[in-house]
Amino acid sequence: MTTKQILSGNEAIALGAYLAGATVASAYPGTPSSEILPAFFRFGGPHAEWATNEKVAYEVACGASYEGARAFAAMKHVGLNVAADPFFSSSYTGVSGGLVVVSTDDTGIYSSQNEQDNRHFARAAKVPLLDPSDSQECMEFMRIAFEVSEQFDTPVLLRTSTRISHGKGVVEYDPGSRVPVSVKGFQVDINKYVLLPAMARRRHVVVEERARKLQEYGEDSPLNRIEWGDRRLGVIASGISYQHAREALPEASFLKLGLSWPLPRRLVETFVKGVEKVVFIEEADPFLESEVKMMGLDVGSDRFIGKEAFTLLGEYSAGMIREALAKYPELGVTYEKPAAYRTSERLPDRPPVLCPGCSHRGVFYTLNRLKAVVYGDIGCYTLGVLPPLSAEHTCLCMGASITTNIGGEKAAGFAAQADTRPRVSVIGDSTFLHGGIVGLVHAAYNQTNTKILILDNRTTAMTGHQDHAATGKTLMGEPRKPVDFVKLAQACGVDDVKLLDPFDLRTFYREVKASLERPGPSVIVASYPCVFVDPRVKGRQPIFIEPEKCNNCGVCLRFGCPGVYRQDDKAVIEAAVCNGCAMCVQFCPTDAAGTQKAAKEAAGQSEGGL
Amino acid sequence: MGGESFDGALDRVTNFLVAGVGGQGALLASDIIADVALEASLDVKKSEIHGMAQRAGSVFSHVRWGKKVYAPVFDEGEADYLLVFEVLEALRWQPTLKKGGVAIVNRQKIFPVAVANGAQAYPDEGVLQAEFAAAGQRLVVLDAEKIAQEVGNIRVANSVLVGVLSKFLDLPADIWRDVLARRVPPRALNENLTAFERGRELVE
Repeated sequence: MTTKQILSGNEAIALGAYLAGATVASAYPGTPSSEILPAFFRFGGPHAEWATNEKVAYEVACGASYEGARAFAAMKHVGLNVAADPFFSSSYTGVSGGLVVVSTDDTGIYSSQNEQDNRHFARAAKVPLLDPSDSQECMEFMRIAFEVSEQFDTPVLLRTSTRISHGKGVVEYDPGSRVPVSVKGFQVDINKYVLLPAMARRRHVVVEERARKLQEYGEDSPLNRIEWGDRRLGVIASGISYQHAREALPEASFLKLGLSWPLPRRLVETFVKGVEKVVFIEEADPFLESEVKMMGLDVGSDRFIGKEAFTLLGEYSAGMIREALAKYPELGVTYEKPAAYRTSERLPDRPPVLCPGCSHRGVFYTLNRLKAVVYGDIGCYTLGVLPPLSAEHTCLCMGASITTNIGGEKAAGFAAQADTRPRVSVIGDSTFLHGGIVGLVHAAYNQTNTKILILDNRTTAMTGHQDHAATGKTLMGEPRKPVDFVKLAQACGVDDVKLLDPFDLRTFYREVKASLERPGPSVIVASYPCVFVDPRVKGRQPIFIEPEKCNNCGVCLRFGCPGVYRQDDKAVIEAAVCNGCAMCVQFCPTDAAGTQKAAKEAAGQSEGGL
Repeated sequence: MGGESFDGALDRVTNFLVAGVGGQGALLASDIIADVALEASLDVKKSEIHGMAQRAGSVFSHVRWGKKVYAPVFDEGEADYLLVFEVLEALRWQPTLKKGGVAIVNRQKIFPVAVANGAQAYPDEGVLQAEFAAAGQRLVVLDAEKIAQEVGNIRVANSVLVGVLSKFLDLPADIWRDVLARRVPPRALNENLTAFERGRELVE
């Protein structure tokens, strides 16, 4: 009996893993991958956990596989950079139980620091690449991924993009079709699992042989198919690009690839020779294009249309595909841009902002006043870059706030003209655990003049409030002893450690300033829970500014809170937005602010709607 | 029955763009539209972007339903319906709406930071009416919060908006009611259903 459900790609991946009998799942949250692990647990997956970072997640899954269990790790595209070390070498050890790594690209850069195309990882590590194009395929491919992993003794990379992971579609499946969980136990095989050079040399032979077998598998695998249509135009596509292309060119022939590396040579050749023109339609890099062209098929190169017609940047759409191909008259594709009416008014932007009540606001307000050079990191607090706070000046990758500051501060000491601006590292709690601890050890041992602010809001906020090793709770809801940042910093050898409340702005400013003036490394833990995990927020009243007392000085507007605005030369607080944190009125010179019950009632506090 | 008829709902893909400000419930409304499609045995795809803005950022979702849907998103000028929870966002997303399309807009105004600190101006009320008229699009503006308060629960504003939308689509209203019943907390079901009916009554 099959059932139909609307699932996101991420949920469908989790469902596929569950149905495949996956046992151990580990992940570090990262958009657009974060929903996979909680969904796996909800479906009934036996073990799901938040890892400290992606390398940890991958190795946890790898170890489970060595024991014979089906296991997977999930991470965003840049997460695989962190997990690259075990990923590449596990290609050599191979697996026992099926091992899958799910990596979600962020084409369009909606929530990331770059637009890297992780298909390259598969080719570089010589690991099969599965490239689902909708939620149904996410579920099916995940099941197949475990089978391929075991059949070919290899980890499998299942790659999505934002539109696949966060897109939703109908998934049809049989709930009774679950493969029972099976764990074979560890079989000693040092020639396979111990990568000493002598063993690794022999394993490399196996890896190359495996790639040839996988190429053969792709020839008639259910993952790849030819959809013959009009033979004048043949499209080679995979993933979300296939859907855009299918929408744009309903009459064309398609080579739809689900196993995007290694490519099946004979199937490709049949397709290429079966159509007059071949168009590669793929977002991001010309990956399929370069693979096919390197095959050296005996057709003229004028048969191919690839990246020269499209772009390396951002997402594709049906319209942009038709527009690009309309420039080739021989294809017979026409394009008429739909009329789009746009107001001539200049509309105000609505960029992402720190939430009302966010404790980070006080930290950046303070750093702005101290005119610090702020080495930033990855998290909600990256938004500290925006005016009026304007106090974040770098954002490279997870954990880099500490280490780039170490190097930056060191180099600044050699500058011809003394630069006396203080340098500060700002890093969130989850990011610190992920990639900051090694930098802290480096700073402490080398006694660098590195000032580290750990913004501890007790959750992995930006990705949707996942737990981490300092929240005291696991993904599966079990209580745990949280990491103590103060003790950890002290144990690493930092003597100058302070625990501060970033809402107490006067004390916070004084203590941060004093810390900047002392030599040597220091750690300040700015500790206050995120509004989404702080139960006290619900009981708070919105702030009300008494108009007759307001002198329009604008101090409360300097915090960049979306709940405060100026109207008729008075500061006004939007009760529907304000949750009463009262940060903005700490410095109110006329004492115009207070709370008002009526404001709260107007905002509506009853519950139970949509 | 308002707007154009969609007897051919099965034969062509219908495009919806749902937009608002983070925290307003726009994404949930788009989930309901998708659920209705499944309930009506249509194929459906939905795509949205979330991640950066937990609260107060611009959020939007594409929903497409029909006999067979390939791409989860559509281009500018291709939306049949615009369901927007905030006035400024309605103007921002107007280019996605096709000529002759229907915009359902909640009269709420949420000032972005640039407006709050006086750097930019929020558009005047009249701009909304004028621009959708100039584009040859039908505009339904309503104060969903006010209606929700009359119903007795400010949080059912979304059901008012969904009610308005449902009136334009040739699907049995019971499908919408069934989906609502599954999506809202049981203790607030009656208020949500009343809000839904109030929304439907707004369309001739």
